[in-house]
This record gives sequence, structure tokens and C-alpha cells, in this order.
Amino acid sequence: MERKITLRVDGKERTLTVDTRTTLLDALRERLGVTSAKKGCDHGQCGACTVMVDGLRVNSCLTLAVAREGAEVVTADGLAEGDELHPVQRSFISHDAFQCGYCTPGQIISAVAMMREAEEGWPSVVSEDLDADEFPLSREEIAERMSGNLCRCAAYVNIVEAIEEVARS
Amino acid sequence: MNDQPSRRTVIKAGVGALGAAVLPVGADPARASTAVTAVEAAGRPVRGGIGAALKRVEGPLKVRGAATYAYEWPVENPAYLYPLLSTIATGRITGVGTEAALAEPGVLGVLTHLNAPKLASAEPEVVILQSDRVLHHGQIVGAVIAESIETARYAAGLVTFEYAAEPVDVDLRADRDDLRKPQHAQGFGQLPGDLMNGSPADTAVGDFEAGMASAVHQLDETYTTPIQQHNPMEPHAAVATWTDDEITLYCGSQGVTTPQGLLATAFGVEPARLRLVSPYVGGAFGSKDFSALWGTLALMGARLVPGRPVKLMFTRQQMFTLVGHRPASVQRVRLGADARGRLVAIAHDTVQETAKAKQYAEQTVQGSRTMYAAPHRRTTTRIALLDLPVPTIMRGPGESTGMFALESAMDELALKMGMDPIEFRLRNEPETHPESGQPFSSRHLVRCFEEGARRFGWKHRDKKPRARRKDGWLIGTGVAAATYPSPRLPGSTASASVDKDGRYTVRIAASDIGTGSWTTLAQIAAEALGVPLDRVTLHIGDTRYPRASSGGFSSGINSWGTTIYAAARELRAALDKNGGTIPAEGLEVTTAMPDDPNLAKYEFNSFGAQFAEVRVHEDTGEVRVPRLLGVFDIGRVINPLTARSQLLGGMTWGLSMALFEETVVDHRYGNFVNNDLAGYHVAANADVGSIEVHMLDERDPYINPMGSKGAGEVGIIGTAAAIANAVHNATGVRVRDLPITLDKLFR
Amino acid sequence: MKPFVYERATDVSSAVAAVAGRPDASFLAGGSNLVDLMKMEVVKPELLVDIRHLISHTIEELPGGGLRIGAGVSNNELAADRRVRRRYPMVSQAVLAGASFQLRNLATVGGNFLQRTRCPYFRDVSMPCNKREPGTACSALEGHQRDMAILGASESCVAMHPSDMGVAMAALDAVIRTVGPDGERTIPVNELYRSPADGPERDTVLKHGELITAVDLPDVPVAATSRYRKVRDRASYAFALVSVAAALRVRGGAVREVRIALGGVAHKPWRARTAERHLIGRPATEANFRAAAEAELAAAEPLKGNAFKVPLARNTIVSMLRTLAEEA
Repeated sequence: MERKITLRVDGKERTLTVDTRTTLLDALRERLGVTSAKKGCDHGQCGACTVMVDGLRVNSCLTLAVAREGAEVVTADGLAEGDELHPVQRSFISHDAFQCGYCTPGQIISAVAMMREAEEGWPSVVSEDLDADEFPLSREEIAERMSGNLCRCAAYVNIVEAIEEVARS
Repeated sequence: MNDQPSRRTVIKAGVGALGAAVLPVGADPARASTAVTAVEAAGRPVRGGIGAALKRVEGPLKVRGAATYAYEWPVENPAYLYPLLSTIATGRITGVGTEAALAEPGVLGVLTHLNAPKLASAEPEVVILQSDRVLHHGQIVGAVIAESIETARYAAGLVTFEYAAEPVDVDLRADRDDLRKPQHAQGFGQLPGDLMNGSPADTAVGDFEAGMASAVHQLDETYTTPIQQHNPMEPHAAVATWTDDEITLYCGSQGVTTPQGLLATAFGVEPARLRLVSPYVGGAFGSKDFSALWGTLALMGARLVPGRPVKLMFTRQQMFTLVGHRPASVQRVRLGADARGRLVAIAHDTVQETAKAKQYAEQTVQGSRTMYAAPHRRTTTRIALLDLPVPTIMRGPGESTGMFALESAMDELALKMGMDPIEFRLRNEPETHPESGQPFSSRHLVRCFEEGARRFGWKHRDKKPRARRKDGWLIGTGVAAATYPSPRLPGSTASASVDKDGRYTVRIAASDIGTGSWTTLAQIAAEALGVPLDRVTLHIGDTRYPRASSGGFSSGINSWGTTIYAAARELRAALDKNGGTIPAEGLEVTTAMPDDPNLAKYEFNSFGAQFAEVRVHEDTGEVRVPRLLGVFDIGRVINPLTARSQLLGGMTWGLSMALFEETVVDHRYGNFVNNDLAGYHVAANADVGSIEVHMLDERDPYINPMGSKGAGEVGIIGTAAAIANAVHNATGVRVRDLPITLDKLFR
Repeated sequence: MKPFVYERATDVSSAVAAVAGRPDASFLAGGSNLVDLMKMEVVKPELLVDIRHLISHTIEELPGGGLRIGAGVSNNELAADRRVRRRYPMVSQAVLAGASFQLRNLATVGGNFLQRTRCPYFRDVSMPCNKREPGTACSALEGHQRDMAILGASESCVAMHPSDMGVAMAALDAVIRTVGPDGERTIPVNELYRSPADGPERDTVLKHGELITAVDLPDVPVAATSRYRKVRDRASYAFALVSVAAALRVRGGAVREVRIALGGVAHKPWRARTAERHLIGRPATEANFRAAAEAELAAAEPLKGNAFKVPLARNTIVSMLRTLAEEA
């Protein structure tokens, strides 16, 4: 069953025909050639497919493309402006916060989203005072908020350092 | 594994004899702004040479998601292949129903053993669909090719198989009466040595039984480790196109030369006709080395729809049975020491699982052969042939499980003797390799312990278990030693060239699976050429470049790096011969990895000391690891930034292995029950606390011209033992069966 | 995934009619569990009626002092709501202990109640499973048992319910509001789930086509000092082995009010009423906490592979009550 949908992907409007079964992840990768978001598990168990949809980070592998008509989708590629990388991307490079690089775009989307979430007063399960107005990004807070993105090369220590540096500035 | 290339250097004028096809990698570090014709003198430090903490050259691509992994190569009008897996573990396929699938709109074909191309190979890591025989649960029994991912996968569910199932045997026990002594497991069964690393299955020095009987302090314990899974983040994927001229396979792989040979043989084509491309690999850890089932299947699919690219990506669930795993082990360790804490006897007897299809046997006991002096010693390895998929190498193959056992046992005996576990180890430091008697090329283990103890604050440790607690958490510390060989694998050749503008290009079919080769190999080239890094362009990951061994066993720098170094020096010599000027047509040399008489004279190993602090919740037994610290002797460090990441990654793997990783086998069906990332836990970000990595950066005088030993494996070795030892220190409970889950701890 | 027709419903009643009218139809909200299961063909709807945009995304005050949470509120929105954080911290903590941030952005409150078990045999269509295919067998009974239920299970199914949020809701006596083919009704969370002995293929008492529109949290003052504690293998991004949601009020050294519910132990969020009854009026002592936990768990019928959950649940309850008593 095919459906025509329109998405805004990394700032560009894209109209495409998808099978109703097509996930947002497969729509991006196989129909639009946007391969920044990665397929790691296809079941919401690794976070490699994380993109922002209408400003919120979500697992694109569990999102049906037809259900996102008109959505604004941002991948890690869309965070950069031309050749100018996003500060989180630059920090990941200087802290060597990745090795194979496959989970990296998802990590970076998560990192950018989570700094905003903490700033906007979204608590996490390790937040000491649930009732606080904002949640300073301690190492523990960063680690918990980034735990939906697995990294098998295990660059976690560097990922946390990379985010800490951007969060401080 | 690889044919030996002829050991000679080819020098020729002109660049591009190997083909000007340059990868669209965008990772070229060479952006020479001004043309230079003068050749710089070699020998003095160069910008971006060995020792520089350079950021990964491909970093800007990876942080955008723009590095091209296998499945992402842009191809025209692809077809999609979805594999079908057996739902029994052993027996025969008695019937296949493909009608419903073929009737589904968009389906292009169904592959089964009835119509698959015949392959000229018997390697179970490459061969599929050749008979009706099922050898393990989750074996490939077919595939559907269709116009879309969705159709291929749905139609796969419409294919029916009837089976004549046979009894399943997947029980690994040390008391089985059908255990075998492994043979010909060397190099994935390609070479005659008993174990994977070429060593004998059994070794003995002195008289272990007599030595043990004479020992004042004795320990006899059994340790077990479960089946573990690599689970790289990038699922195994391939994109194949089969035309009359060339067969192209974009295929995530730890090396392109080895699978090129294996697959060309299987399909009966000239290796040169089969091009493998794999510049970026989303993690591998052993699972993308010898095994290449995904390559076979994609090629079979491509044969079915000639001229049309076929895309295949295993699902996460399928990976559990199709790409190998770390075999489970049951290890008995016996140690005997004299009154002063000097070991007099060491025995390490391991029983591990393999498949009926192949006698994979890894060197689990190798650490016990290498680590400590003792006059009486023996090791044995036995395998149980089970109805399971073929195991394969997985980060730190052999030692990672073997050193868990040995280093736990060392802790246990030290405790029995009332001796500090570091002191116990230092007292048993050997002068030479305890079995071969050969000298180590370098061994700075004592310094690793001393440095580690100082940085960790070891002297403040409370030796008595259950002595420290805070807010309901018991706190403990532990230590363990680490070692892993630094082998040089045969079969690499590199070319080095310079053009008239003074731009240097190095080509080798090496791989970067996240290890940093894109950067470190270029650094080695720059150093050997005596030019700044920004004048060197590296090309790897394509069979169009000179052949190379696969990346694994911490062999990359020692194998590819040495070869590149040699090629670069040859080019430099050729330039010097030319009076130091570059000919107008440029210059190129191609060099095979040189012979080195030192390789036969020394034992080459990396070493390390691992420290762990753990917390165990008194009520629930939950384990946390707030701190790990490792000090490593990996020889001269090529790039401190990427080397640190390798060691950090290895240590985190050790943590994950210690606390989480276990493949659950259902003994009724022979299947892996927890076959996804929600069921099979690998460490998440919140599981990792502080990890400190220190490298001695001490040049090894004999290993290779760079003085560098391996870093990829040694980080995982000993970590699980250090954590288990710390858990004992915290709780008084000795866990000898990995993983250390809470049910084994709380009371 | 089986081919299906996708419809974006325009109003709730037509959505309900559309699903109720076809046995192979299903509502789609966040999709985080449904799409997951559809990929493996554990469920195979042929019509998906998207109601994500229709169901309420707001949290409103109830006249009696409670809160009405729209079924379309995302898990993260629920956890981050100021009123929820202050008045029902156990709800925030439970939600935040589940899944990952990105999954909680997808997942809705309504869907959280209806997520299916994580039993690996349920999720593998090649395995017998009474919940997926009635009358086949329960593979877990003699198989991998570590994650299975210890309370309320049946020979026909030993699967456990994976929700964290639901555990806190059970402790609070939350009430689900639905609209179905027969109109609107309310169902206490503690009466939502069916016993597996009555046929494990149906998890809840909801009728086909009945849609959760909201959940009402009653005014429970003691919940302001409540907590949720989740014990799991990984420190994050893992399902519970055992979890406890509890609230406690102690006056004069005696327990005046207590609420306890358990997760990871049954086919549903398990309200520990036996333990609660055991504690009311008794001194808030470690010994009584332990006796209460043991009284609750006396009914446990663990399998060999999950027997550890009984002492683990006991210890976690005691640990939780101790913490709450200290804070009180």
C-alpha cells in the first residue's frame, strides 16, 4: 500500500512515495538517500537511528513514515551548516568520542537534544531533586541521558567528556 | 590465510599503475597547498608523525554520518535480499514451499538449497545453501529477493520449510566422554597448528603433579564463561553487483583480501574479477574477519538478478547465529606455591564449545603459558562438538576468557596466603617466556603494576572482604594482570608513490574498523617518508590496492604498519638515489612485508595492569563499577588519542563481559534465546564510571621499525578478573561463573 | 510486516468504529511497541488507525484534587510535568526509569499500559507460545525463566508485564478512562489486566476497539513522599528484574498509610495489598517491613530460574520502606 508523503529533512522539503510499512529510518536511508541515521537494531534497542522529529529525539526505526506527514526531521548531517560543524560534532572529534563512527550520528543528535531537555527542566531518573527548575549536566546526568545510545566501541568516557565540554561553554 | 606475496620491491616510474580509481572517501589528509619539489631529509621529527595525538582524519565525515558504510553505497535500482533462517537445530529440510512468496507482488526470486549456485568451497564461514542439512538453529536456509525491504521481509515469512528434526546436543560440560583434542585450528583451520594461534593443544614443562604435591599453598578451582556475542553497531551488510566484467561487493569487513580469496574460490571466479570495497566498518571485533556469509548470500542474490545491485543487511537477531560468537568455556586452574609465595606448579585445563561443522579452538590457555614463572606446568585444551553455529574470534580471543580464570585464581591464592595480590604477581615475574624459554622483546609488566598501584592508591586498600560500605553499598577493589601477543600476520604488500608536486600516496588493502588505521597508518608513512602528514594520502579498504592481511589479533600496526614503513623507506631510498629530486613523472614503489629474523628470536606481547573499584548493593546485589584504571605496555604509541580509545574500549568490553554478557541457549531447541540488544546486554553509558588509561610509551626494540606493540586486545584482558576480584573484596563472595549478575551476590 | 492500510482518523468515535468493525484492525499511537512487534509479525494488523493526534496530550486538574492525564501524553511529558513531579514523584521516577529518552518521546501513556510482554518466546514466532498462539504451549515454563513472573502466573503463561509507569499507577489506584463501541467507561488500573489462567492471549479486559483516552490519578497526599526503585542488570536502558513503587506515612512510630506495588514479578503491575494490610497500624520497624514483604511473597510460585526474585523482591521492598521511613 503506497502513500505519498512530504517531510522536511535537514531543512529541505522532500516529497516521496512510501509503503505504509516503511519506517521513517528506511524512508530516509532507502528512499531519500539520507544515510546519516543508522540502522543498528531496528527495534529501539540501540539508538543508532535517533533523529529529531519536530524538535524531539526519537527512534526513527519505530516510527512509521506515513504517520509523520509534514514532520520536520533533523539528522546529524543537518546539524552542520555547510562545512561548519556543530559544536557538539567538533567536540566529539577533539575528544575522540567515537571509533567506528556508526553510532555517532545518533549519539550526536541525542547529545544536542539532551542538552536542551536538561535546560528546559526535563528531569532524569538520576536527578537528585526531581522538583528542580533545571538539571545541571553532571557526569552522571549525561551518562543516564545518553544511555539510549549504545556504543559497542565503548567510547562512553569520551562521549561524556565531549558533551561536558560543550555543556560548560 | 593469505598467499605469500613475493618478497621483492618493485620500483617504477609513474604513478597510477595500480589504477587511478580513488575512493570517494573524502578522508584524504593530503591537502598540500603549495607544490614542492624538494625532498625533505628523513630522520628528523615530522609534523603528524609517530607519537602525535592527531584527531581521526575521517572524523568530520563520521560526526555527520557521511562516512560510507557497506549498505550505504549509492547504487541504481537495487533489489533487497532478506535471509531465511532454520527453526530447528539439527536435521534435514524435507520440503520447501515458495509459491506464496513468489506470488507476492514485487518478489524477484527465492533462493533455497534447491536452486542456489553450487559453491566450490567447504568453509562453513562462507558456504550456505548447498544441501538439505541443518547444522544449527538459525542457519541460513534461504532468502527472498524483492523490490523493497518491506516486501522481501514479508515474503520471507511466506516461505515454508518442512524439517525432519534430529535430537539436539548443545550441552557444554567438562565431563562429557566425547571431548576431543583440537587439531588444525590454526588460522581458522587453514594451517596445521592445533589452536587458532598455531600453538599445540597441550603443553607441559617439568612434572605438574609432583610439583603440585610439593606445594605449600594450593588452589584448585573451576571457572566458566558463557557464549558471548560481538554485536558491532553496524549489522553485517553487503551490496553486490554481478556483471560479466566485474563483480563488486561493498562489504563491511576487517580486511578485503581474505574474503576476496574465500569468495572467489567459492564462486569459482578469478579473484581479480571480484572487487571488495570496505573503507569504513561500523565495528567488527572479530565478527567480520574470516566469516563472510553475508558476502556469499549477497553474491548469490546478485547472480539471480544479473546486473542489478542486491542489498543485504542481517537483522540484529540474525547476527546472533550468522557471524560467529565467543565460545563458552569451562576452565580448571590449579596453582601451587611455596612458603614464600613462589609458584611451583601451574595447570590450566580448558574445555570449550565448538560446532560440529568446524573445530574452532582458541588459545584460552595462552595467558597461563606466558604470565608466571613456575618449574612445573601444563596446559590442555579440549573441545566439545555441538549443534551450534561455528564460533569465531572475538576481541581478545583466548586470553580474555583464559585470563579471567587465571587472574581470578591468582587472587584467590594470594588471599589464601595472606599476601598482597600485586606482590604475589611480582614474585612470580619470569625472566624469559616460561614455556619457550625465549626472551620477551619487551616486558614492562612490573612497571605497569607499580605505576598503577601508585595512581590507583592501592596501598590504602583494605584487604579484608566486606570491610568498607557507604550508603548501603559495599565497596571493594581488585587487580589483575593483562597480556596479549602482538603477532605479525603474513600477506601484506604496500605501495608508496610521489608525484611531481611532492604529494605522497600510500596504498594498502588494510581496514579501519574503528581502530584508527586511517590516521595511524598515515602517521607511520609520514614518519618513514620524513614528510609532514598533510603531504601523505592513504588509501585502504579496497582490493584494488595491494593485498593485505585482515585486521585482528592486534596485528594491524605490526603487519600493515611495518609493510607501509618498508614501502615508504624504499621510496625514500629511491628518491635519494635520484639525487633527492622527484622525477617529473613521479615515482612509485611496491613492497612486500619484509622478513625479520627477530621474529623467531623473541616473544612479542603487550602487557597491562588492571585496577577496579566496585560497589555492590547490600540489599539487591547490584554491581556498579565507578572506577577502572589500566596501565599498559604497548610499546611506542603511534597516536596517544586513538590508542587511548582502543584501550578504553577494551576495558569497557571487560566491564561488559564481567557484568552483563551471556548468550542464553535453550537446550531443548538449541536456539539462542536472548538474541537482541534488549535481551543480550552490552554496557550502556550509565554503566561506565571513571576509566583512566595510562601508557608507558616504551619503545619495543625488536618488534618492528616503529617499536609499537598491539593495543586492540590487551585492554579487555584481565578487566573481568579485576572486577571479580574487587567484587570478592567488597562482598566476600567469589563469583567464578561469568557474568557476575546480582542473583549471585545478594543474600 | 504484513501489508496494511493506514488511516488517519478524524475523530475518536469514527476511529473506534473503524477498529471495532474489523478484527484485524489496531489503533496506532506512539508505535514504539506496536511497530516493534509488527516487524517480527508477532502481531499482524491489516488496518492501522492512527489516533496519536486525536487523543488528549494534556494533563488537567481534577476537581477532587487529582490529575487527568491524556492518553496521548508522551512518557517524557508525564514525567516532566511539575504537578506529577511534586504530587506523585513515584510516577515520574517510574517513567524515567523505563526505556530511553528517545523511546519515551515516542511512547504514550495509553500505550504504556498496553505494551506486551518481553518474554523472548512470545517475541519469536518460531516458538510455541500460548499468549501469541493459544493452545500451542508455554515455552518459558521449561525454558529461559530468569525474567518470568513469580506471582499470579499460570501453567499456560508465566510472562511478566514490563511497564514501570503502570507499577506506580497501580500503587496510586489510578483509573483508566476508555471509549469503546459500547460507549465510555472507567476501569481501575488494578482491574485492567486479566489473569493468564483465563487465557493469556488477551492481556487486558479492554474490548476490541476500546480506546484508552485518559488515566485519572486520584488525590493521594501520601504520594508526595513516594519513590520508585528499579532493580535491573544494566544501570539504565533495561527492563526490571524487580521494581517497587511505594509511599509511606508514619506517625508516632507506626505506619498510618502505605502503598506498595511491584513490577517485574507478575503479568501485571502487582499491588501488594497483603503487605499493606500487614503494615497498617504496626510499628515502622525493619522487622515489620520484612514480615510484610514475606507475607506478600508467601504466594509466590517461582520457577527454578527465577527463584532469586523472591528474596530480591523482599529485600527491595524492605530497602524501599526503610528509605521512606527515614525520610518521613
